[in-house]
Amino acid sequence: MHKSSEQTLIFEISKPGRVAYALPLATVEEAAIEDMLPSSFIRTEDVALPEVSELDLVRHYTALSNRNHGVDSGFYPLGSCTMKYNPKINEDMARLPGFAHIHPLQPVESIQGALGLMYDLQEKLAVITGMDEVTLQPAAGAHGEWTGLMLIKAYHQARGDFKRTKVLVPDSAHGTNPASASVAGFDTVTVLSDERGLVDLEDLKSKVGDDTAALMLTNPNTLGLFESDIVEIAKAVHEAGGKLYYDGANSNAIMGIARPGDMGFDVVHLNLHKTFTGPHGGGGPGSGPVGVKQDLIPYLPKPIVAKTEEGFILDYDRKDSIGRVKPFYGNFGINVRAYSYIRTMGGEGLARVSKEAVLNANYMLARLKGAYDAPYDVYCKHEFVLSGRRQKALGVRTLDIAKRLLDFGYHPPTIYFPLNVEECIMIEPTETESKETLDAFCDAMLQIAREVEETPDVVLNAPHTTVVKRMDETLAARKPVLRYQPKQEVHA
Amino acid sequence: MDFRYLPMTQEDEKEMLQTIGANSIEDLLADIPASVRDKGTLKEVGIPLPETDLIRTLSKLADQNMNTKQYPSFLGAGIYDHYAPAVVNHMLLRSEFYTAYTPYQPEISQGELQAIFEFQTMICELTGMDVANSSMYDGITALAEAAMLACAHKKKKTIVLSDGVHPESHDVVRTYAKGPGLNVETLALRDGETAIEQLDAIDDVACVIVQYPNFYGRVEDLQALADATHAKGGLFIVSANPLALGLLEAPGKLGADITIGDCQPFGIPQSFGGPTCGYFTTTKALMRKIPGRLVGQTVDEDGKRGFVLTLQAREQHIRRDKATSNICSNQALNALAASIAMSAFGKQGIRDLAVRNLQTAHALKKSLKAAGFRIVDDGPSFNEFVVELPIDAEEASRQLLKAGIIGGLPLGTYDANRNREMLVCATELRTKEELDQFVSALGGLTHA
Repeated sequence: MHKSSEQTLIFEISKPGRVAYALPLATVEEAAIEDMLPSSFIRTEDVALPEVSELDLVRHYTALSNRNHGVDSGFYPLGSCTMKYNPKINEDMARLPGFAHIHPLQPVESIQGALGLMYDLQEKLAVITGMDEVTLQPAAGAHGEWTGLMLIKAYHQARGDFKRTKVLVPDSAHGTNPASASVAGFDTVTVLSDERGLVDLEDLKSKVGDDTAALMLTNPNTLGLFESDIVEIAKAVHEAGGKLYYDGANSNAIMGIARPGDMGFDVVHLNLHKTFTGPHGGGGPGSGPVGVKQDLIPYLPKPIVAKTEEGFILDYDRKDSIGRVKPFYGNFGINVRAYSYIRTMGGEGLARVSKEAVLNANYMLARLKGAYDAPYDVYCKHEFVLSGRRQKALGVRTLDIAKRLLDFGYHPPTIYFPLNVEECIMIEPTETESKETLDAFCDAMLQIAREVEETPDVVLNAPHTTVVKRMDETLAARKPVLRYQPKQEVHA
Repeated sequence: MDFRYLPMTQEDEKEMLQTIGANSIEDLLADIPASVRDKGTLKEVGIPLPETDLIRTLSKLADQNMNTKQYPSFLGAGIYDHYAPAVVNHMLLRSEFYTAYTPYQPEISQGELQAIFEFQTMICELTGMDVANSSMYDGITALAEAAMLACAHKKKKTIVLSDGVHPESHDVVRTYAKGPGLNVETLALRDGETAIEQLDAIDDVACVIVQYPNFYGRVEDLQALADATHAKGGLFIVSANPLALGLLEAPGKLGADITIGDCQPFGIPQSFGGPTCGYFTTTKALMRKIPGRLVGQTVDEDGKRGFVLTLQAREQHIRRDKATSNICSNQALNALAASIAMSAFGKQGIRDLAVRNLQTAHALKKSLKAAGFRIVDDGPSFNEFVVELPIDAEEASRQLLKAGIIGGLPLGTYDANRNREMLVCATELRTKEELDQFVSALGGLTHA
């Protein structure tokens, strides 16, 4: 059994006979099960779902929500995740019955509004990224990466070029990049960063060749630095016959400033749940549209929404398409939210978003770089990295600093990523946070830096105020308990 | 123009630039080559809309769609018109859930972590499997990931799909298979069921994938299919409608090595086909091969029970190109919706709901037969089955729309040889009156 100070599981408050649901009134004949299905098909054991009243249910999930930190709870500067405010109106728009309660296989004449929205979103995302055509089908960023790489594979193969088996990925890239390359059947070659934190051009040139399918690049990169050699990088990859892939995880830095299409990228994915405010949902759902330049359009997943004189259609007549990457047409509900956001901000608003995100990040960097090491002390874009190596020398690790931030009511930054920075702390404030919030967070970081020197135990033993203390992750991995078992006795 | 999501004032901007030691925001962008700087293209995105005008614009688009709250729908085929209890949406709107991300910091994410742990438990209960992950994008990409897992685990290159599996699953698996260069073979149906003896002629079988109930509504004998698959040395993968499992025997008891599916029937709106929520389950033996996030129980420094993301050595952020999958974001919020719905139904409710679906579809089948329609490959089914129409089913679907009915799926959509067949679905939401209206409208077609 659980201890009294522990949060109960919903299974532990279950009591036979309680329900939180009522079936609709019966209007059809209530035929006996055995008259409809052979008895051998029927379950032998009931599904042991919890039995609770509606109030039990509401209290349980309210209690769980109170044990969770979201953007609405407080500052959430999780680098590369773009934890900006999620506008309430977007939630309302996605719940309009004409969007929430339509079936993907309805006749097209009964879904013209949905197709019209998708078409306009495709067009607007093409403008924002500088690409020629967009598919909304991929479900998330990683899914978009894999889709983009499959497009590139199809492009090369259509030209009879089967020797391009390698995808180049910088050492600072998100983990999904090499993983997506692998799922798409490519070998990954790591490109080193130079002392500036940027792609090492010489290293790139030594690795790019006639076996290169693509280079995947995040720009600004995960250090928050703009790859200022982008024109040379694009030239090197293109001259070798490769394609340039843009990981849009960091696109919050570049709207109205520099478009991937103009930088020379051939394929782009966007994370609509990041830059375009579809909420992160505790891990998802996201949406990962992919945009391409002209020569890759034939390979896009089908269907694509197209406009004809008779109205919008789902165009399946695409013989070179890589096929489907997802059932139906992508995460429409998230796309509605992103569309709602784009229409709210307009072009002018989106351009301000990126500029203010960049200013916020640079302001925090300026305030924090005295107390923490800034391995790249140049202007950053929408995010920046610090190193906790000075604190580590005093016996306090970045993990401890992150845990101490919890006591101040903050979600910590991304830590230990990117991998090429020792004791990395990666901070992305976003544009929706006020100067007061940034100042309060910086004050907390500065206080923690002082604590590391004066009272390190306060940091080492943090957090002090959360509902649980640091968790035993080794135990979790060594003796995995991945589901509730009635009458189990797992802990002491 | 002021933007309600942008708090920065001119004074803030000035102070911040001063602290930075820059003259303007442009200074911060000076490292970007002039040749790639944007020249004002965002103007094409249009002007900003105040909330009132936004609502007007989007409502107009929404109103151009016929929605299933207004019109009775007989469409299923992977996305279903079920009732989501009101508590589901109310709890989902707790923003501590929906404005959070992946629970990387367990001390302030116990709510989400515990909710996922409970989700994993409920899915294990339903499927009779040992281990469930925290969710996948949808049932169909979960199926593709299961096929990839099977090929990697068995070190074999052939994925075998029953034709009883959703045609879009076939499509998605074929796309995934092109990455590592895997083969996809199919098993045709005979009298509505997978003709498993065709497996004899296929070599290098990593897995056999079937759907339960199958795409055309039939409930197949899983144990026999599992035995044949195992005899061939492959993993047996079942794509199961989780609501049907409220009544049907669990795949875990019928030889499944992996059971996947889509939780959309549990509190998740149809939303034009997405986002839904895939689930992924397997046996203890394959636990360390599972894609995506897993939540495990552990204790904190004081010995207090708590939950963490675990077995992360499988995942892309640790293993990079050696990861079991590239999945990062999942469908956590919809997994939460499904958990809340499953908790609302409870042990008895899930069975009652499944039975009501069966009864409603059964009643429709009976009336159609009485009206002289032929049920194609009639046999044990759940809430879907195929009816043969006197005319092209797409044309029928158009005529039904005019009568204010969203008809079933014209099978010609996926198979030109079946253009006079319609896959119909009747959930607990269809009333006798609506069934009668539907049958009578279909009757009207015969004389058209």
